[in-house]
Amino acid sequence: MRNVFTICRKEIGAYFVSPIAYLLMALFGLIFGFFFYSATAYFVLEGTRQQMMGQGGAMSVNEFVIAPLFGNASVVGLFLIPLISMRLFAEEKRTGTIELLLTSPLHDWEIVLGKWLGAMTMYICVLAVAALNIALLFAWGAPDWRPVLTGFLGLLLQGGCVLAIGCFISTTTKNQIIAGAATFAICLLLWVLSWVSSYNEAGWAQAVAYCSILTHFEPFSKGIIDSKDLVFYVSAIFLGLFLSIRSLESLRWRA
Amino acid sequence: MIKVEGLTKRYARHVAVNNISFEVGKGEIVGFLGKNGAGKTTTMRVLTCFLPPSAGKASVAGYDVIEQPLEVKKNIGYLPETPPLYPEMEVDSYLAFVAKLKNIPKSEIGKRVDEVCERTSIADVKKTIVGKLSKGYRQRVGLAQAIIHNPPVLILDEPTSGLDPEQQQQARQLIASLSGDHTIILSTHILSEVEQSCSKVIIINNGEIVAVDSVANLHRRGRSTEVVSVQVAGAPEQEIRRKLEEVAGVARVISRDSRDGAAAFEVEGMESYFVRPDLARAVVQSGWNLIELKAVGETLEEIFLELTRSEKSAVSEAKPQEEASLSQ
Repeated sequence: MRNVFTICRKEIGAYFVSPIAYLLMALFGLIFGFFFYSATAYFVLEGTRQQMMGQGGAMSVNEFVIAPLFGNASVVGLFLIPLISMRLFAEEKRTGTIELLLTSPLHDWEIVLGKWLGAMTMYICVLAVAALNIALLFAWGAPDWRPVLTGFLGLLLQGGCVLAIGCFISTTTKNQIIAGAATFAICLLLWVLSWVSSYNEAGWAQAVAYCSILTHFEPFSKGIIDSKDLVFYVSAIFLGLFLSIRSLESLRWRA
Repeated sequence: MIKVEGLTKRYARHVAVNNISFEVGKGEIVGFLGKNGAGKTTTMRVLTCFLPPSAGKASVAGYDVIEQPLEVKKNIGYLPETPPLYPEMEVDSYLAFVAKLKNIPKSEIGKRVDEVCERTSIADVKKTIVGKLSKGYRQRVGLAQAIIHNPPVLILDEPTSGLDPEQQQQARQLIASLSGDHTIILSTHILSEVEQSCSKVIIINNGEIVAVDSVANLHRRGRSTEVVSVQVAGAPEQEIRRKLEEVAGVARVISRDSRDGAAAFEVEGMESYFVRPDLARAVVQSGWNLIELKAVGETLEEIFLELTRSEKSAVSEAKPQEEASLSQ
């Protein structure tokens, strides 16, 4: 475990000494900030209008602001995560530092897990920017905090799953651009897979739609932790990390 | 310490290392010599468990590279061809990172880092970011990284490449100072380096070992006939040349550049003749001044070229047959 921690620390350092961490946080802050502003502005406008029309019942902040925001954040995440994961192994392969890792007394799984945890930490820092926005809602309103927590849990699981896949893709190439682009393409595909169920009800379509990452996220954003979704994410993370370890191992005999 | 038996490494299309065997005893410094692409790096990568062999066995410090890779890795310090450096890290934190990877206890890391910085003379750049270092410094940081856990076996792939002559000298001294406790394999194509620092040489060509010997033995086995360099003053070159050719046992006299009024020759003796005394006598008896008379040993360079060349011609001779047998 000490080795995992060592590698994780090194990865975090690599993100934060380069501009990439700050750039990602700034970009996410900009995009999420815009969504946040739009959502709250619409909520306020709609709320006042309803009050003036005398229609009863207070609107729920959770339902009208936070849930859609989490939905947006998860989509934006799909675009940003490839930028986090692409360098994990591709960079080491290009600069030759992979030789240091593979000739040090480490297990392959320690390397992969350490790197994935480092990338997760980076992703958490990006999410922290979103948390700042949502904290503002608590300052001026009284939303229910439980769906907020499940929402973040969902974002973490979804991010972890994409990072694991990206980590695997990064082990297969020396080129960061290729790793990033391929991860991005897969992310996009995983996002839209659910569409298939809207025009086809056959069994295979259901199965394909089940693989869509975003459909599993929706319940989280509404405050529901469904074991079905939990199992999906956790097994996807395992699959991604497992493939990374195997791929790392294959570097030796494929070379 | 290192034992390689019948090691073969095949890549998809070509054989990088073909059925090589050698042994390296404790405390020996072995120079791995070969042209680019001869299979040096591949062999080293197999020994460091970076690549598995396609066939054959290799063990380091008694551990097999396939069966017990973790144990092997613990016993090895490895400097790859390009030093494995993270450009964004500072030198000392990089070394501390490597130290952690090599399982050095936390309390000793600081001490070890200082020690290797001192030994590889990089103490003055400890706080510099690796990416900003010159090539010579990077190479030395790479070397520091390889010795940080004080491994019994060191595998250094071209440790002096990119260093200036003074730094090369320092690096060689460092390597020499590591011998004794450490078993070292270093690859290089700088032959003088091998002569200076290695006790044993392995010459590899096209994936096959063409010679395993001590440096002294290699020199000896080079030629069976004697070659003498002679410089004589006091007479026209033609005259001296004629005289030298008359000496018993002289097979050939080749004129070299004359300077300072002395004529220079290279005299090749016949097999099993010892021509130097007779040459000296002939010159002195003619009343000329003998400026220089010395045996010319074959340089390691020549031996190396000879060994790798003959191997090549053997291979090219073998090829047509191979193709012929394939077409059948």
